[in-house]
Amino acid sequence: MARAAVRGRLSWTLAEVVELVDETAKVRSVVLDVPEWPGHRAGQHVDVRLTAEDGYQAQRSYSIASAPEDRRLSLTVEGLADGEVSSYLVGELQNGDTFELRGPVGGYFVWEAGMGGPLLLVAGGSGVVPLMSMLRHRQAAGETVGARLVYSSRSWEDVIYRDELERLGSASNGPEIFHTLTRSQPPGWTGYARRVDGAMLAETAWPVSAMPTAFVCGPTPFVESVAAALVLLGYPATSVKTERFGPTGG
Amino acid sequence: MQGDAMRVDGNAMAGVLGEVFAQEMTSARIACGGCGKVEPVGAEHAYTQAPGIVMRCCHCDRVLVVVTDVEGTYRFGLGGAKWLEFG
Repeated sequence: MARAAVRGRLSWTLAEVVELVDETAKVRSVVLDVPEWPGHRAGQHVDVRLTAEDGYQAQRSYSIASAPEDRRLSLTVEGLADGEVSSYLVGELQNGDTFELRGPVGGYFVWEAGMGGPLLLVAGGSGVVPLMSMLRHRQAAGETVGARLVYSSRSWEDVIYRDELERLGSASNGPEIFHTLTRSQPPGWTGYARRVDGAMLAETAWPVSAMPTAFVCGPTPFVESVAAALVLLGYPATSVKTERFGPTGG
Repeated sequence: MQGDAMRVDGNAMAGVLGEVFAQEMTSARIACGGCGKVEPVGAEHAYTQAPGIVMRCCHCDRVLVVVTDVEGTYRFGLGGAKWLEFG
């Protein structure tokens, strides 16, 4: 039985792939044309639904990477070995292909220029995606409130948006960016080389007195340990917003 | 550990809630019927890998909401929550 679309409520729509960008060996950005896209807020996500020829359906949520100001909607997807949706999006999808999309959704893990700050963004792996939407939005909106990104990756090659982050960071009023590389580091690496912990956050996070808002996104164990460390540093729990990916994503 | 790692945020229920409610629901407030604490839906815990979606209280782990979708019919089990406030 098909569910009727109700005005004002969400329903599925068809998105067309207009560009594919390989961000790292395992991560790809999918740029989409979505007819009558209503616009989004930085931090929101969409649900993607794939239907096989035999009718089998699989559905996953993906964060929006593009800024609300960008002309096209862009998702960034990490391909997981056992991910039935992500492996298709990263491995097989081609320009001109279409798939079903529902969104944008979410209003809790959202930041917009004017909401205040300063902003503390803490990302584990592809958890950087919704935070990148916030940084792109901050730049496009000319927002001057301070922003810091603490970004944990396995290696330098695994850093998503590496060049763009460098450009953003070197712009006047750009965000301060702290990388940590947990598994391997390039020769001469002087940055952090361990998992994000309380000591690292004590060095990089805004002081509590600055009344910062924190957004933490990544795998569930990463998010929970970072959120707990921030609360130990004195961040009020209500100022720490989290988006857990679960064990893998999918 | 397995169960803990499967945990996501109430935020992950935004899609299904958006299909049913006209308002954005992850900012809605929900009161736990057990410990009584009030949080935004987006801040509660959610488990989406079951054959339904389960929202649990982020303080006491009580089941707040269970959503099933069988052949296009949604059922919202709300027995664990005291109230849900939105608008």
